[in-house]
Amino acid sequence: MATLSQLQLRSSFLPSFPSLRRSSEPSAAAGVMGRGRGRGRVEAKIREIFMPALSSTMTEGKIVSWTRAEGDKLSKGDSVVVVESDKADMDVETFYDGYLAAIIVDEGSVAPVGSAIALLAESEDEIPLAKSKAAASSSSSSSSDPSTAETLAPTPPPATEALASPPPPSPAAPSPVSASSSTHPAAEGGRRVVATPFAKKLAKDLKVELGSVAGTGPMGRIVAKDVEAAAAAAPTTAAAAPSPAAPTKPAPSALPAVELGSVVPFTTMQGAVSRNMVESLAVPTFRVGYTITTDALDALYKTIKSKGVTMTALLAKATAMALAQHPHRVVNSSCRDGKSFTYNSSINIAVAVAMDGGLITPVLQDADKVDIYSLSRKWKELVDKARAKQLQPHEYNTGTFTLSNLGMFGVDRFDAILPPGTGAIMAVGASQPTVVATKDGRIGMKNQMQVNVTADHRVIYGADLAAFLQTLAKIIEDPKDLTL
Amino acid sequence: MHSAISLSVAAPFPAAGARSDAFPLAGGLRPAGIRFCGLRREALGLRRLRSPATGRIPPAPARGLPRTVAAAAAAAAAGAGNGSPASGFDYDLVIIGAGVGGHGAAVHAVENGLKTAIIEGDVVGGTCVNRGCVPSKALLAVSGRMRELHDEHHLKSLGLKVSSPGYDRQGVADHANNLVSNIRSNLTNSMKALGVDILTGVGTVVGTQKVRYGKVGLPDKEITARDIIIATGSVPFVPNGIEIDGKTVFTSDHALKLEWVPDWIAIVGSGYIGLEFSDVYTALGSEVTFVEALDQLMPGFDPEIGKLAQRILINPRKIDYHTGVFAKKITPAKDGKPVLIELIDAKTKEPKDTLEVDAALIATGRAPFTKGLGLENINVVTQRGFVPVDERMRVMDANGNLVPHLYCIGDANGKLMLAHAASAQGISVVEQLCGRDNVLNHLSVPAACFTHPEISMVGLTEPQAREKAEKEGFEISVAKTSFKANTKALAENEGEGFAKLIYRPDTGEILGVHILGLHAADLIHEASNAIALGTRLQELKVAVHAHPTLSEVLDELFKSTKLDT
Repeated sequence: MATLSQLQLRSSFLPSFPSLRRSSEPSAAAGVMGRGRGRGRVEAKIREIFMPALSSTMTEGKIVSWTRAEGDKLSKGDSVVVVESDKADMDVETFYDGYLAAIIVDEGSVAPVGSAIALLAESEDEIPLAKSKAAASSSSSSSSDPSTAETLAPTPPPATEALASPPPPSPAAPSPVSASSSTHPAAEGGRRVVATPFAKKLAKDLKVELGSVAGTGPMGRIVAKDVEAAAAAAPTTAAAAPSPAAPTKPAPSALPAVELGSVVPFTTMQGAVSRNMVESLAVPTFRVGYTITTDALDALYKTIKSKGVTMTALLAKATAMALAQHPHRVVNSSCRDGKSFTYNSSINIAVAVAMDGGLITPVLQDADKVDIYSLSRKWKELVDKARAKQLQPHEYNTGTFTLSNLGMFGVDRFDAILPPGTGAIMAVGASQPTVVATKDGRIGMKNQMQVNVTADHRVIYGADLAAFLQTLAKIIEDPKDLTL
Repeated sequence: MHSAISLSVAAPFPAAGARSDAFPLAGGLRPAGIRFCGLRREALGLRRLRSPATGRIPPAPARGLPRTVAAAAAAAAAGAGNGSPASGFDYDLVIIGAGVGGHGAAVHAVENGLKTAIIEGDVVGGTCVNRGCVPSKALLAVSGRMRELHDEHHLKSLGLKVSSPGYDRQGVADHANNLVSNIRSNLTNSMKALGVDILTGVGTVVGTQKVRYGKVGLPDKEITARDIIIATGSVPFVPNGIEIDGKTVFTSDHALKLEWVPDWIAIVGSGYIGLEFSDVYTALGSEVTFVEALDQLMPGFDPEIGKLAQRILINPRKIDYHTGVFAKKITPAKDGKPVLIELIDAKTKEPKDTLEVDAALIATGRAPFTKGLGLENINVVTQRGFVPVDERMRVMDANGNLVPHLYCIGDANGKLMLAHAASAQGISVVEQLCGRDNVLNHLSVPAACFTHPEISMVGLTEPQAREKAEKEGFEISVAKTSFKANTKALAENEGEGFAKLIYRPDTGEILGVHILGLHAADLIHEASNAIALGTRLQELKVAVHAHPTLSEVLDELFKSTKLDT
């Protein structure tokens, strides 16, 4: 790594002062190094060429051009690739003699510093081995470079992703299947696809098959929004449904193996979650926490557990009852346009559930009115449907208040991100035995849990939340009304 | 006023069946025209370094020849506005065509005491002012700002917030139109103020030193002149098979009026004109499809610059392209059908694809406007429309002999189709008329493309320089720098850019400079002047540049050269 630091020194120059002037064609003598794999096998002779750090601030680099082609013989010191860093384009030289066996990151693509961008074989015989290694690594890790991925494995059609994500398609979004049957005057009966330049670019980026997209532009041509609609068709639900506490849910274990050090682009659904999360930053939220004693609730739970009542239903019911007790049910309201209150007529408690590959929020509708036994049955039904991916849109996107519970992991407190379009979300921690001093001067052991509500301050003020939490605490600490 | 849109093709025009030669040039400034390069070598040869010890490349040898009698007479008349002609002629100089070339020649002639008239059949200003560089700069000024306002990432990194910027098409079009009127009246007034006679009508050469001009329906007038300059310019070149309707299929002439902004426009030709229009249209919200006959976009540029230009100006924008294809047939939109473009393979002539777009801009270069000049009267035969001239812009007849007292400058001679080249040629001719021999070094004429960021160049491209070096047996070196290394560019958050300098390490002579980056068009002059004046890198290396300025990009280039001496 000595040369790397030398390189950093060379590139952290100040312009304009001759004494500090760098050479005009910085020839970065670094970046290509053998990585001892610690396995004394033939593979050790195949070295990785990795993205060099060309400056102290560089985190990723773009391959401007490969100056040598696969199969070329290289001598130590030969310039192999031109890399664009945050500062300048630089030639990168090889440190070893050998053959450029496989290019992993194509021209124009970006790779993080330190990730392999090509493989160098020591002898010509090892080129095929290196090639297969490169192919294996890029197909297993869903390479950061889409074009590489395309050449190695056919791009999966968007429908695959739709199936992989739990929510069924929203009825509002055009489905790709019906799209392909549309008449397209420009397409000459499907023989030709007429799409605008930007639509084509988007289709490539979003991995949308243009042949299956209905064109709504002039003369039936495919325009950018058609591609976006097609890409969103599958994951629309994920984008539309509140995705509360996305960061708070554990990653499901069934994910495909990911090679460490690689960069894996979001799936379209993950992209939708990302957009939703970023969108939430536009909402001025604040948080209020409360510690609630759960001895009474735990006792109640024990007695009615046999009747199929779940803790989730109990919490949802308690929350709904607390919401209903306040003027205008303000904590159940939301702000849709930045100018007005939307006072929701029903109290629908959405509960975040982690599903493989994502997150869904089944909704307990009218939770304040439905009795605890019906509510528990309803919850079980919703969870089963969610697992079978049969939830209907009104069953996951009509929540007015969201619950997110990480207590089962022993988490004692956390805070949740407010799903856009709703007014508040409550993060529920674990109920734990706690040493408590009471007002009468005694010290005792009580089960306590911490809740933390994130709310939109445009409609819900501090006093509203505080009053709501106080009511909720009263209900949970004296839970007899929950079973009425 | 001198800028890019009139650049374009200085290259072979299509003889039937030879379209593969002409079409692809598409406005390329450095096309592979053999004639062109030949000239360049010649011109540079004149200024070859002979006495390195002086540190300067000697100026053209013929300077300072004894003045002719006419020049002496003219000098006597100088200071009295547009003086009286030398004996026997109505004028000392008559210029046919009041574009930038004719204007430059006329002003310089009067300043040198020649009685001068300029004949214009249309409006003063020619292509550049009315249908080229000038209105396109107005549109590009708008597109540059739109681009900045829409680049949220860029604004954010500067700490700026702008909400939903938009534009009013008519307002943009008016800006271009107002600029044209303004520049045109400036040009007209500058000639009137000096006393240049502006004669209205179409000029025809009727014989040696004799010109007829007149308007349709009016009796023609005939005047005599000691010397005549043809400066009739060029018109957009439209290949066969393309039907222009001026609305959905049009040339730069129509596009500059910005009567509408199509959702999707095909631009045929990816040279300067096409590239500048792609910048305008994409900034205003259009999507663009380039149709280019050569295998790569922007064929006229230095390959390294072209590659980077593609990365900056094409790939991130709403642009796609078809290369290696001809637009065999283009049918304007009608009866609810879109514009149809039939593409054929440039080599095999096999049908390749059909495009359906809202509009098509034909930017395949420019053709000389030399019809009706009466050249047959003096036994001059045009070559694909271009008037043949020698290196002093003297017109040559069919037998290769010089036609006395007749010169041709600008696009009409096709040497270098740039407004400022025409003007420089005109000034060079007037210098000769005043008895000071002068040969314009075309290799010192800079060129610019006003995209965002801009591209500029002077002298040879790297492949041209390598070819020349091999032929003449000298070494060349190349110095490069990035705008990312320039403080001012980084302050502007415009670090994208690159500059290269091709030079002779043995003599310190600059062979070419190419810049892609912020204000590249303004930066090039340090290099072009150095080439014109023969300044060597030994001197430029120690010249001082203010800090922090974009000019330090060139400073960096000069200083990083490695010279043998």
